[in-house]
Amino acid sequence: MIELDQAAVTVETTDGPLVVLEPTTLTLDEPRVAVVGANGSGKSTLARLLNGLVEPTSGHVRVGGLDTVDEGPAVRRRVGFVFTNPDAQLVMPTCLEDVALSLRRTVRDKAARRARALEVLASVGLEAKADTSVHALSGGQKQMLALAGVLATDPDVLVADEPTTLLDLRNTRLVADRLLSLRQQLVLVTHDLDLAVRCDRALVVDAARVVFDGDPAEAVAHYRALVAAP
Amino acid sequence: MSTVSARRTSSTTDLALVATFAALIAVCAILPAINGVANVPFTLQMFGVFLAGSVLGARRGFLAVVLYLVVGTAGLPVFTQGSAGPAVWAGATGGYLLAFPLAAALVGFVATRVARRSPAVFVGAVSLAAAVATVAVVGTLGTLGMMRALDVSASVAWGFATPFFVADVVKGVLAAVVAASVLRAFPQLARR
Amino acid sequence: MTDLLGAYRPGRSVLHRIPAGPKLGLLATYGAIAVALHGPASAVVLLVVSLALTLVAGMPVRRTLRQVRGLLVLAVVVAAFQTWQRGWPVAVHVVGDLLALVLAALVFTATTPVDDVLTAVERGLRPFRRLGVRPERVALAFSLVLRAIPGILETARETRAAAKARGLERSPRALLVPLAVRTVGRAYETGDALAARGLGDD
Repeated sequence: MIELDQAAVTVETTDGPLVVLEPTTLTLDEPRVAVVGANGSGKSTLARLLNGLVEPTSGHVRVGGLDTVDEGPAVRRRVGFVFTNPDAQLVMPTCLEDVALSLRRTVRDKAARRARALEVLASVGLEAKADTSVHALSGGQKQMLALAGVLATDPDVLVADEPTTLLDLRNTRLVADRLLSLRQQLVLVTHDLDLAVRCDRALVVDAARVVFDGDPAEAVAHYRALVAAP
Repeated sequence: MSTVSARRTSSTTDLALVATFAALIAVCAILPAINGVANVPFTLQMFGVFLAGSVLGARRGFLAVVLYLVVGTAGLPVFTQGSAGPAVWAGATGGYLLAFPLAAALVGFVATRVARRSPAVFVGAVSLAAAVATVAVVGTLGTLGMMRALDVSASVAWGFATPFFVADVVKGVLAAVVAASVLRAFPQLARR
Repeated sequence: MTDLLGAYRPGRSVLHRIPAGPKLGLLATYGAIAVALHGPASAVVLLVVSLALTLVAGMPVRRTLRQVRGLLVLAVVVAAFQTWQRGWPVAVHVVGDLLALVLAALVFTATTPVDDVLTAVERGLRPFRRLGVRPERVALAFSLVLRAIPGILETARETRAAAKARGLERSPRALLVPLAVRTVGRAYETGDALAARGLGDD
């Protein structure tokens, strides 16, 4: 369960303070929550609040009862995060090594780690690419590998920040299908309204505020109206 | 792409910045000349070193250059003209390499102190620091390295080093200009 | 595309089989010996030893010559200069030592994979844990550098293409500012991703 309690974010810029997220109070316990909104609306900040990558300037964010500021490392072990650009998330030269890196803390034995990493790779359909160079993968495969690296840590919640924005249609489908079939709770920040309607609940973020919260189909209608408005 | 965010200056961000800049210096060193002056091999290695210092500050800049040198010494062909391995230290240019991290640290020390000033002040101060680093640090250590490797007198070695000063000073100015833009795009870099 | 495998040549020679750490130690010792010995005779002996090592390592002659082309030019210049200034014995000593050391180092690079060297460095740092050195972090940094280079090269190519499209290919700023800005952006993303994966938090 994710709770935002009057959580707000303000950043200092050269032109003075800028409110990135107005005070927001929310409880997210649906299995799949979509967050939609324009670029710069504050939805990425909202996503990053959930694993402590961004800390609220006021208010609190709690995941499973843990405060993201006081217990940052514990929260990040529970909340996996998939970013837009898979290239920046992949650390090791080959697929297997990259997944194994996530397991470094939990699986001490090298052979066991390798076996577990192969299982996780198989769960995203990349078992044949285990020893392939990460750089040689397609965009969709890279994003799948990034997902595998996160799933290997066995999180309770997965936050994905526009994970399909850089992908073509086919790869978008592959990644989206995998994300939406996870047993973990999913918070999916996306521009893709077709994905949003497949969730259980949707938030619309605009100008640093959550302006709609509820049924995904209605949320999408609301967002379309918002975009069309002068 | 998100624009601004209230990121924590975390240890993982520092690690990523140091490693990414080590890689950037490597790319700068192996990119063919972008503005070839006649047919002199014009690499941007020194530009990369100065940029690491002026963008990351003394400590992280120093570490980025050290990391670059270690990876190259281990055998990755990231030095100019694709050379690699411990051989670079055995040759006549070992002293120059040794000077790189110190040059980055010196430039970084100055850059951090002027990061909040106007771009003109920043570019001026950082360019000056890079010029001083070129002559005082790179020139001196390069000369000492050459004296050792070739068993020549200080004046001969110094005479061999001076023609490179002009190009390196220009690369310092270029690094300062680029760093000013980078710091405008990522003001959080200067927060230390 | 840069060949990121470097100058390493797989093989089965005795030199290939010495572990990276001890081999690095041997190379350093060899260097110390070269510095300690004086006179033309020792330089010639060292040069012969180094040449023998290249044969043992099975390094192709042509490739090795290409690697030391610049050095040979320098060697000729230095030899001429030293003969003129201080006589041929000094010239032989200086040039012999220089070539011997560089060749020995090239043998090391040709017989040792980059990965093995970096692992040896990480291992060598372990005793310094007490002083605040964190070898796991150093190892992670090595991996990050290897991972980042192809991506940054690609960014450099894209930036160049973009500058060209705008007719700015002669402007260093139009090439280097976007490259640097995108590289920093990438570093921040990587830092976030590392934190999100719980790496380097400890």
